[in-house]
Amino acid sequence: MSKYLPLWPDQASTLAGQVDALYIYLLLVSGVMTAIIFLAVAFLAVKYRRQPGREAHPIEGSMILEVGWSVLPFFVMLTFFVWGAVIYFEERTPPADSTEIYVVAKQWMWKIEHMEGQREINELHVPTGENVKLIMTSQDVIHSFFIPAFRIKQDVLPGRYTTLWFKATRPGHYHLFCAEYCGTNHSTMGGDIVVMEPQEYAQWMAGGPALPLQETGKQLFTQLGCVTCHRSDTQGRGPNLAGIYNKPVLLEDGRTVTADDNYVRESILNPTAKIVSGFKPVMPTFQGIVSDEQLNALVAYVKSLSSAQPATGTAGLQNQPAASPAEPQKTQVQ
Amino acid sequence: MHTSPTPGAAAGTATMEHEAHNPALLHHFADAQQQKNAASLGMWLFLVTEIMFFGGMFCAYLIYRLNHFNAFAAGSQQLSIKLGAFNTAVLIVSSLTVVLGVKAAEVGKRKLLVFYLVVTVLLGMTFLVVKGFEYNEKFEKHHVPGPSFNFTDTFDDNGQKIPVNSKEAELFFSLYFAMTGMHALHMIIGCGLFSVLAILAWKGHYSPGYYTPIENAGLYWHLVDIIWIYLFPLLYLISRHS
Amino acid sequence: MATTAIPSNQAPAAPKTLNYLNNGHTLKSWLLTTDHKRIALLYLISVSIFFFLGGIFAMLIRLELLTPEGDLLSADNYNKAFTEHGMIMVFFFLIPVVPAILGNFLVPLMIGAKDLAFPRINLLSWYLYVTAGLLFLHCLLRGGVDTGWTFYSPYATEYTNTNIVEAGLAVFIAGFSSIFTGLNFIVTVHRMRAPGLTWDRLPLFIWANYATSLIMILGTPVIAITIVLVAVERLFHLGIFDPRLGGDPLLFQHLFWFYSHPAVYIMILPSMGVISELIACFARKRIFGYNFVALSSIAIAVFGFLVWAHHMFVAGISLYAAMMFSFLSFSVGVPSAVKVFNWTATLYKGSISYATPMLYAFGFIGLFTIGGLTGLMLATIGIDVHMTDTYFVVAHFHYVMVGGVLMGYLGGLHFWWPKITGRMYPEAWARLSAMFVFVGFNLTFFPQFILGQVGMPRRYWQYPPEFQVLNVLSTAGASVLAVGYLLPMIYLLWSLKYGPIASANPWGAAGLEWQTTSPPPTFNFDETPVVTWEAYNYDEIPAPKELEAPVAH
Repeated sequence: MSKYLPLWPDQASTLAGQVDALYIYLLLVSGVMTAIIFLAVAFLAVKYRRQPGREAHPIEGSMILEVGWSVLPFFVMLTFFVWGAVIYFEERTPPADSTEIYVVAKQWMWKIEHMEGQREINELHVPTGENVKLIMTSQDVIHSFFIPAFRIKQDVLPGRYTTLWFKATRPGHYHLFCAEYCGTNHSTMGGDIVVMEPQEYAQWMAGGPALPLQETGKQLFTQLGCVTCHRSDTQGRGPNLAGIYNKPVLLEDGRTVTADDNYVRESILNPTAKIVSGFKPVMPTFQGIVSDEQLNALVAYVKSLSSAQPATGTAGLQNQPAASPAEPQKTQVQ
Repeated sequence: MHTSPTPGAAAGTATMEHEAHNPALLHHFADAQQQKNAASLGMWLFLVTEIMFFGGMFCAYLIYRLNHFNAFAAGSQQLSIKLGAFNTAVLIVSSLTVVLGVKAAEVGKRKLLVFYLVVTVLLGMTFLVVKGFEYNEKFEKHHVPGPSFNFTDTFDDNGQKIPVNSKEAELFFSLYFAMTGMHALHMIIGCGLFSVLAILAWKGHYSPGYYTPIENAGLYWHLVDIIWIYLFPLLYLISRHS
Repeated sequence: MATTAIPSNQAPAAPKTLNYLNNGHTLKSWLLTTDHKRIALLYLISVSIFFFLGGIFAMLIRLELLTPEGDLLSADNYNKAFTEHGMIMVFFFLIPVVPAILGNFLVPLMIGAKDLAFPRINLLSWYLYVTAGLLFLHCLLRGGVDTGWTFYSPYATEYTNTNIVEAGLAVFIAGFSSIFTGLNFIVTVHRMRAPGLTWDRLPLFIWANYATSLIMILGTPVIAITIVLVAVERLFHLGIFDPRLGGDPLLFQHLFWFYSHPAVYIMILPSMGVISELIACFARKRIFGYNFVALSSIAIAVFGFLVWAHHMFVAGISLYAAMMFSFLSFSVGVPSAVKVFNWTATLYKGSISYATPMLYAFGFIGLFTIGGLTGLMLATIGIDVHMTDTYFVVAHFHYVMVGGVLMGYLGGLHFWWPKITGRMYPEAWARLSAMFVFVGFNLTFFPQFILGQVGMPRRYWQYPPEFQVLNVLSTAGASVLAVGYLLPMIYLLWSLKYGPIASANPWGAAGLEWQTTSPPPTFNFDETPVVTWEAYNYDEIPAPKELEAPVAH
């Protein structure tokens, strides 16, 4: 790729190749269609140009042609749709073994929190060959997390989580852009995606005595007094949270919801919205008391209660840092 | 078959004599029937735009009601069914007087027409006054969205406590004011419209041959009524039992 | 000078005859007119002013993007520039341009009526448009708006310090202008057609404007109420879309695009109608597959209401909603493709003239094909995730809006210019400027497809240096394009005084509007025509001799 006249973006994720293959297919079909129309117009315009002594030949139309050029393009478009939908389905379905990383957007910066406690601003370090899932929210307006080299993009909304996943393939530095207009410095709300070989990444990760995110969450859980009601037995005034993550929950009004990130988040901020069957609406709201970063930590802690028990080292937790204080701290905590 | 594209050479002409004695016929219409048909189609189309206009808010209401059911039930609990039902009755009666007014115009009874138009305006104003009392009560209870909004848990008709996030209740009242406010604005326009029509009718502008404005204003009034017929159950009634 | 189109049998001994232009010369006779043709001219003037203004903002944007650093404008001023460019071009140019100017002038003429059904409401529409425009200008003078023309919540409702309420009010009022225009057209087409002019004899321009009017009356009220809700949220803190109150910013996007996607068909459909007229006239043939072209307009209007969420594939809607909207989006592709194929097929065995309007029609087919096909790429969700909110989208919709709508408008304006003014435009200059438009347009917007694919997001004031070459190309193209737009402003004004007098039917065209004088009398027809022939009966109309061979200048 030329440095001054880029014609094709870097391919640095597993998805990039798939998206590009579809894009090339679309380019070919569109190129052929455009050529047919252009050549037909040019050819007919020259061949039947107005000449003395020749009249236009009236033609009413042709049912066969009309049906043909309605139905054939439709089937071609159907191939676009199916192929595009298959890729999209993959884009929107993070593998179960993904490493999770929290992202908080605000005007005009990206704040990244790794599960292991590392924090970064406008920079995201990820290893190659590993599925990474970003769980994102915004503190103010809508932003959009866009990595052209990975061919992925997702709007980041205030008041809820949206997710994004990728598997990086090539080490290097890639652009991170905010793609949803967000105010004055929208165009500078970007940064670097640093893709590293796994060993290098482990080294980077090991730098700095960071507290894992779910540990921060556990501390908060005690500090905020959550632990007095959400006990680890069945005697608490609130539900026991062990093992609930991503499981269906029966609500007081008879509905069933899945206890995903958004549900846990909502239950902290707005506890009376969806009350678990058999419990009273006694929990106070924590809106305005916990920040988005603290919320992420709490959600991470609730999750860890579900993944820790069955087998150690499932989703996202296998990278416990071997905290070695000798290494200098690499990133700054805000 | 048509061969010459020059004016006047068309196969025939369809010039219509302007109907004598009908000053209300505009120059560009062929006859009074065409004019009446155009006006009434225009009015129906305008009503379609009104439905789409309110449709946006109904759509917002339905989605939020699903998302924040408890708060909407509690908010609904704070509205007075009695006043709402009274207003519904007032509007239904006013629709009747409009129909009677149109009938009076059709048969050329001028005084009766003016009477029904005036009664319609009075009924419309009654509705607005009652609405004013309701709004006033919301102010006093701090149920108007904004910095002074205050909402505490309420109890449903069976005495059971409805747990509420006051922020979500604020959302309910935002929609309540947006929807009923927009409806009230339409009522005010309708009252103004009928007042003007009553004056014109008194001066004898309308005849059995020409009363399209009365008919079209009537259509508008019915639509405004129908919107209320939907607002009343949605806002006052259906969320009460949780 | 080309002494075109003065058939000797119709010598221009006409200056004394009364037409709509010389029937009253006072300012009052123009500002209080209910004549649809005069109102069309009022629109022509006011819409042109806004086009010029929007163009200035476009030039500011392109000049800023000449270099990667933000050196010409400040970040805030750049954000305002692209917002004003978008709002002016969408609400004050693209939506009214063809319906309010050409549609207003032609709908009654083409169906043999004396005027639109509601002439006073028509005048009211223009006053609403002007009020909205003045309000928007006032808002500009007070500092403008910086939210993008989409004014997404919560940025527009809670965060920006600019005057959203005033700009919103302007858009709201302009919306009612377009609702009333649409209402007027529908009633007129239903109730005012000349005797014998059945639906299957209507010109395709009428079908297209009818379909547009349907969208205007069904879609515009929804954006109106959405703007009202945004305004009350800012003014009275009624938090309809505020996420802090449990409101849903995505609901705003749904309501916004429910109108604003169909709105792009409000823009493109009338231009498609113009192209059908041009191709029929300059190929001297009935449009191939008339019924399919007519019904495809209605199909586009209907399907257009079912696809809005394809603007929101990455906004946080559910996986399955996205797939459904992707599928439905392709359904709009079919009727659009049908139109392009039929226009192309119409050329077959025609007698094709290269007059300026036809050059614009050729340009339209080509550019709309590219715009449409890239639209299909964006409807393909897997691709859209990468492309949305990048310059690829910007390039795509400019191919449809500028390459489509504007080409159609300019073609139509040249075609009906003799009917509107009674004068011919200078053919050689017009062809030259059509070339400038075509070349400049492609140079401006083709590089933006590549820019988007390599990842440059839209609405960026600064950008990484590797994108510079493509941006410089785009800016260079914009300068050429500007010349292509300025030339017609000059030579069309020139032609008002010095252009050759036009006959009633200089192109030898079918259609009732060509059967009355140029310019037409105030009530259009001395006698109401009775139609006994099908649309586009070109085999029965002799071609004008002057245009059989291209006119050399």
